[in-house]
Amino acid sequence: MSDVTLNAAAASPEAAPRAAPVTSTGTVAWLRANLFSSWINTAVSLALAYLLVRWTIGFIDWAFINAIWTVPMQGNVPQTQACRALEGSGACWAVIGEKHRFILFGTYPYEEHWRPLLVCALFIALYVVSAMRRFWSWVLIPIWVGTLTLIGVLMWGGVLGLSYVPQERWGGLPITLILSTFGLAFAFPLAVLVALGRRSKLPAIKTLCVLYVELVRGVPLISLLFMASVMFPLFLPEGMNIDKLLRAQVAITLFAGAYLAEVVRAGLQTLPRGQYEAAEALGLSYWHKTGLIILPQALRLVIPPLVNTFIGFFKDTSLVLIIGIFDLLTAGKTAIVEPAWQGFGIEVYVFVGAIYLVFCFAMSKYSQDLERDLNQHRRR
Amino acid sequence: MSSSTADPRLAKAGPPRRPIRLSWSDERLRGIVWQVLVVGIVGLIVYWLWSNTVHNLAVRRIATGFGFLDREAGLPIGESLIDYDPTDTYRRALTVGVLNTLKVAVVGVVLATILGTLVGIARLSQNWLLSKIAGFYVEVIRDLPLLLQLLFWYTILQSLPGPRQALNPVDGVFLSNRGLLLPFIEWLPAHGWAMVALVAGFVATLFYARAMRARQYADGQPRKVWPAGLVLMVGLPLLVWIAHGAPFTPDIPALRGFNFRGGIAMTPEYFALLLGLVTYTAGFIAEIVRAGIQAVNQGQWEAAQALGMRRGDILKRIVLPQALRVIVPPMTSQYLNLTKNSSLAVAIGYQDIVSIANTTLNQTGQAIEGIAIIMLVYLTISLSISLFMNWYNSRIALVER
Repeated sequence: MSDVTLNAAAASPEAAPRAAPVTSTGTVAWLRANLFSSWINTAVSLALAYLLVRWTIGFIDWAFINAIWTVPMQGNVPQTQACRALEGSGACWAVIGEKHRFILFGTYPYEEHWRPLLVCALFIALYVVSAMRRFWSWVLIPIWVGTLTLIGVLMWGGVLGLSYVPQERWGGLPITLILSTFGLAFAFPLAVLVALGRRSKLPAIKTLCVLYVELVRGVPLISLLFMASVMFPLFLPEGMNIDKLLRAQVAITLFAGAYLAEVVRAGLQTLPRGQYEAAEALGLSYWHKTGLIILPQALRLVIPPLVNTFIGFFKDTSLVLIIGIFDLLTAGKTAIVEPAWQGFGIEVYVFVGAIYLVFCFAMSKYSQDLERDLNQHRRR
Repeated sequence: MSSSTADPRLAKAGPPRRPIRLSWSDERLRGIVWQVLVVGIVGLIVYWLWSNTVHNLAVRRIATGFGFLDREAGLPIGESLIDYDPTDTYRRALTVGVLNTLKVAVVGVVLATILGTLVGIARLSQNWLLSKIAGFYVEVIRDLPLLLQLLFWYTILQSLPGPRQALNPVDGVFLSNRGLLLPFIEWLPAHGWAMVALVAGFVATLFYARAMRARQYADGQPRKVWPAGLVLMVGLPLLVWIAHGAPFTPDIPALRGFNFRGGIAMTPEYFALLLGLVTYTAGFIAEIVRAGIQAVNQGQWEAAQALGMRRGDILKRIVLPQALRVIVPPMTSQYLNLTKNSSLAVAIGYQDIVSIANTTLNQTGQAIEGIAIIMLVYLTISLSISLFMNWYNSRIALVER
């Protein structure tokens, strides 16, 4: 059979090649294959398309067409009757226009808002630089120390002609970024040490590390935050007190340390045994072996799961709301306490959610791309 | 050691034990010094914190110990599975809290598994629209903090109309700012016995399936299990129910005065918490399920097709057993996460163990005991889930030589 057709084709090479049938290439074929391949697929596609169109129209109505963007002010009190008259059929974005400075920067002095804004920009720049592979070396350590110091100077002030702003007045996005970034900066070295300790041959050190990791991973973050807010004052000597933000920071660091330690341990375990043995055969000491051979390879292996842990951790900083620290979510929740704006929670949560979404989505895209790049040698 | 006199061929393998030398180059000595150092430092820190705490407690005249458990709690609790009154003891109040945590965790785990599996399969669907929508859902839900989602759902539920203008999507189901009401049947002993019969039928079906499989191994003939299973799991409870006179009185919620009576009610707090936990965790479970199914080699499908198996059979007998091995370990940590995340209930006013223990420690001032109780409860739950899932995992794990 096949021989005959082959010969026939070879016999008439001048015959113009026929165009591919319309039904197997192009848009029509794509639609057929992906949306209408069987009657059940067609039904699903049509039902979904109907729902999608309906919801999109509903959302556009709510968010744009029926929305109110500004409300008149009477003295210092916004007049929100127009918004209330909508009865939920449209968004009242006026609340964002009125409160966005408060949600983003909390009670930081109004005329000094450029400072937290600059701090946020510095944080983002720090993340971008850390994400670039050409900086993946010891250079990152001075960059982090320098930037974090600069951020401290900007937030507190009191030097270089900047007015002093006490920590109680900080709030909003900078607090979220401070909690997650400083938490990470301290939790990561801790995690590496604990992961190494858990793989150690010394029984006492191993037991301590296992206890720490399992205990912290077995309880919710909230219980650690409660501990930080009500038990830390009891732990410290009389008269010595550290402020609430720092206490929460310690709790978050301890929490993140345990989770990151497990990720790092996975990397240590994946590394082939031969690497350990080769380093030992060269006569390297434990710290030389770990610092020069093991960690550079093991950490590279676990970068994608590390980034995923960072995402979870960035979201988890929002839990400080429960112990009353003024982060982005708390600021959003507080913004709608004012009587004039009560009942416009949805708009505020959508706004706050969009900020979280941008940060987390960027990180998750980055992690996916990285995973693909790092695994290139494994794909055929 | 007396190895010099014995036959060297009988000596155990491994380097001979040397006595510890007092030198930094001796590995064992180094190990001991390091351990003593680390344990000593940790011990010192713990001792320092402990002595501070004892001193502070004495100065502030805070009582210690769990004696407060038997005192009258005096804290009102909105919903509880067991009888509770504010005059009951703290012990009782905390038990109510634990039960409320379990109530949301158990229901949440079941619903999140179902929704997550459906979304995960939808993401792999050949239908482009369906897989894109599932992908969008997973991406968005995983990138928003759970607490934000809980507050969002709670706000939406609170802005619903009151009971008189309640939304009524399906007959008998009411959604208002007082929560969700579902129709139910009036629960009589007959229904209880029918449930017992259902469980008995399920167990009997398992034994029947096992016996049939043993016979299939003996003669190679596949046997149908489902007809007997149907009889045992549907017929038997029905028979018990009919034997009790087949009572059936639907209990449909209805508006009486200012509120609803009848049916099963979910408070807005519980409903918001459940909704938030289920939709959030389902996003993660969907990714796990998708990764698990994709981890099964394409060749397995093709080989099964070559044997002439049907698509459903391939999924059931070839692909799922292999996918489960990849799915179960990360699924365990999602179940643990859901349980731990249920502690966010305190932010929207659902009275779980964290919320009640927090009120307790505010009322009694005994912070250490309060937090110890919270931690103990969660450690116990976490440990039980891990143990169960490890047992399940070892059952389905690949038996290698």
